[in-house]
Amino acid sequence: MILADILTGAIRSGTSVMLASQGELVSERAGVINLGTEGSMLGGALGGFAVTVWTGNPWLGALAGGLCGLLIASIHAFLVLSCGANQLATGLTIMFFGMGVTAFFGRGFVSEQIVGFNPVALPFLSDIPFLGPVLFNHDPLTYLSILLVPLLWFVIFRTRIGIMLRTAGEREEVLFASGINPKLVRYLAVLAGGFLAGIGGAQLSIAYTHAWVENMTAGRGVVAVALVIFASWKPARAMLGAYLFGAAQALQLTVQQQGYAISPFFLFMVPYLLTLLALLIVERRKSSRTPEALGKVFAGEGSG
Amino acid sequence: MKMKRRASSVLLGALALIMLITGCSQPGSNSASSPSGGSSETSSASADASMGTGGSAVGFIFVGTKDDYGYNQAAYLGSVAVEEAYPDLKVLRAENVPETAEAERVMEQMIKDGAKIIFPTSYGHLEPALNVAKRHPDVVFFHQGGLKTATNVGTYFGTIWEPVYLAGVAAGKMSKTGKLGYIVSVPIPQVLLNVNAFTLGARSVNPDATTSVVFTGSWCDPGQQANATNSLIDGGVDVLSLHQDCMKTVIETAERRGVMTVGYHADASSLAPNGWITGSLWNWPELFVEMVKTAQDGQFKGSKFDGKYRGTLADNVVQLGSFGANVPADVVQYVEDQKKALLEGTLLPFAGPVKDQSGGVRIAEGETPAVEQLEGSDYLVEGVIGSIPK
Repeated sequence: MILADILTGAIRSGTSVMLASQGELVSERAGVINLGTEGSMLGGALGGFAVTVWTGNPWLGALAGGLCGLLIASIHAFLVLSCGANQLATGLTIMFFGMGVTAFFGRGFVSEQIVGFNPVALPFLSDIPFLGPVLFNHDPLTYLSILLVPLLWFVIFRTRIGIMLRTAGEREEVLFASGINPKLVRYLAVLAGGFLAGIGGAQLSIAYTHAWVENMTAGRGVVAVALVIFASWKPARAMLGAYLFGAAQALQLTVQQQGYAISPFFLFMVPYLLTLLALLIVERRKSSRTPEALGKVFAGEGSG
Repeated sequence: MKMKRRASSVLLGALALIMLITGCSQPGSNSASSPSGGSSETSSASADASMGTGGSAVGFIFVGTKDDYGYNQAAYLGSVAVEEAYPDLKVLRAENVPETAEAERVMEQMIKDGAKIIFPTSYGHLEPALNVAKRHPDVVFFHQGGLKTATNVGTYFGTIWEPVYLAGVAAGKMSKTGKLGYIVSVPIPQVLLNVNAFTLGARSVNPDATTSVVFTGSWCDPGQQANATNSLIDGGVDVLSLHQDCMKTVIETAERRGVMTVGYHADASSLAPNGWITGSLWNWPELFVEMVKTAQDGQFKGSKFDGKYRGTLADNVVQLGSFGANVPADVVQYVEDQKKALLEGTLLPFAGPVKDQSGGVRIAEGETPAVEQLEGSDYLVEGVIGSIPK
């Protein structure tokens, strides 16, 4: 069934983007745009792959991937929050830094084989007609990423931590007045974002492709940032957006197999088109849904 | 406030510097340097006879890494053979050399380091090689796969479609669904030729066999490869082949999903102990050694390598790989018989009539196309599903 194939493909290839965009969502809710998400994803992909090679344990690899993504994001956090640098410029620098650093250190891992994550069909659930093979035959990281969405929703919208996060992104004076340091909240938000982006990259290398090649994320981190804006900073919508991206990739392949010609070169343009569109929208839309302090991005401030 | 801004710009500057250094550092054995300015050579007459001789080194440049289980690994193995055959010659290698002017710098550095023989191994290294060759008439260049030559630049390749055809025969025999898949990068003639050969081979044993071709647009993008592999398998394909630089992701994913694979470039059967059928391989070692000898002896001009050299199955420049453990003996025997017929000249993979996807006749009945014609293929044959992206 073609529809089932496309949906399955959507989840398969959209998960890494979904994880990164959930992370970026947390960061942007606190008021910080991190265009260096691509660098964090690559760091996570390489770090995760390397540790899986060394230890033989993909779970340790996934954790290491998250930590590498966190480390790269920490540079962004420091430059933006403590040094007052422009968020967009710094983010792009971090992206290229991540690309260069991982290409350099990843040289020795290109031919390595790993025992990574494999799809695990959940008993009973995967036998459900249509939904079964689509939803319940994926690798453990994908399952975790799906569980992450309601968890994030709950934390952001139903807990005190979530209020602190959102206030940092809306009006930091309020946070400051209640005795909480907005800079600290933003730091933690950016680090959390980097961690999730790292896990996203690790999912790509340890679970989906079982390989490491330089720049293997191929723009997924950029797409993740654009998706957050499209999703109006809501976790469930970001998930849908990510799966839409995955579906577009799967659709292109399915369409090729049916004999229609959609140029793959067009598809490679899409991530960057999306980002341009998203940045256009942010610029023009003064919607109440945009975290107020996110506007500070363009004024170049953002320090606590 | 002022201090913070200065500190931040210093930090940004330092970061940019680090990024510049890491980004530009060559992982290969050669550090980048500017080419020696206008070194005019001695009289061209003596340069003709002496080109390729007197060097202390041989240079190899690869577009990817030497352990990609594919294209570059095959070339690397050739360089190892040269190393072993000529212990007095230093073998210089540079990996991840992009197909840009950067390649010129790398080659110039190798020439500076004493190389009189250079092997630019990627298709896109041809233009840089031609440029460097103009400046160094005493150096011989052996370019892999190119279609343009010069006085001191010869190109070499193999008629890889011959083993690919045979591999297609094996795939046609082994496939239960009759649906084959081919993952490729960009629609250059070499690639289309392989897809066609594979399909013709499969349809010679199963006239209803189809090949679904997927263009990923990249020579090595594991994410796209995983997408394509999964998508093809979901669509019912049970034998996969590919024309990519790196093989690992496709072959491992196929193996995990219980689908058979036909390899390319190099032997990757260790990655697919159950599903490996066979593969089409380059056998560069013997050829490279012979080419180096020809150049070193000053025999390049007028030799078979001076021009477009195409090694065949009969020359053992291209090979059909060994068969996987799960290939039944009768299939092996059948393919071996076809191979013998090919070598004897009684079996011609592209003997007419050959029709394209729209039914038009591309090679007429009784016609046997020349190598040049095949190397200019711009169509897909009947039985291929998928079209050439514009």
